[in-house]
Amino acid sequence: MQTFHLALALFLLLNLVAGMWRVLRGPTATDRMLAAQLFGTTAVAILLLLAQASSHSSLLDVALIFALLAAITAVAFVRQSWTKETDDYDTN
Amino acid sequence: MTLIEYASSLLLVLGAFFFLAGTLGLLRFPDVYTRLHALTKADNVGLGLIVLGLSLQADSLIEVAKLLLIWLLVLISGSSAAHLIAKSALQKGARLWK
Repeated sequence: MQTFHLALALFLLLNLVAGMWRVLRGPTATDRMLAAQLFGTTAVAILLLLAQASSHSSLLDVALIFALLAAITAVAFVRQSWTKETDDYDTN
Repeated sequence: MTLIEYASSLLLVLGAFFFLAGTLGLLRFPDVYTRLHALTKADNVGLGLIVLGLSLQADSLIEVAKLLLIWLLVLISGSSAAHLIAKSALQKGARLWK
């Protein structure tokens, strides 16, 4: 069962690596932000699986922090891009 | 393997499948809004299924409560982040896919 959890965690990690393509590709800052959102949710899932596999329940707290940080990141991004007058959408 | 373990494995695999669907949507969909839609919804369902699968194997009720709490936090933050990002993209004039 432990191997199964670790395999699933590895699979989700590969998912994250695939999501990196969107960061490289863009084309806009919002698209890159979406990859960051993906990181947030997937990291929580990976940490939950690792917590079960290694029976370190402290990893659950780390997952909680990740969930919180993902929300804060999104809000910070939206605030920053609302105040700045960028129109990078017109260029592509 | 007991029946509980089978059920838990099934839920975990199903959750991983939804994560795969979310990543696929992020990579393949044509504009910001469709990507946002694929990502936030599919990933939150995937996380929910993984939380359910892990809850079946949890040692104590406290641990189950904690797992559910984490999912709830991700659900709330994910959906509000999706709305905020979509609104800011709309204000900046991100093109809609036709």
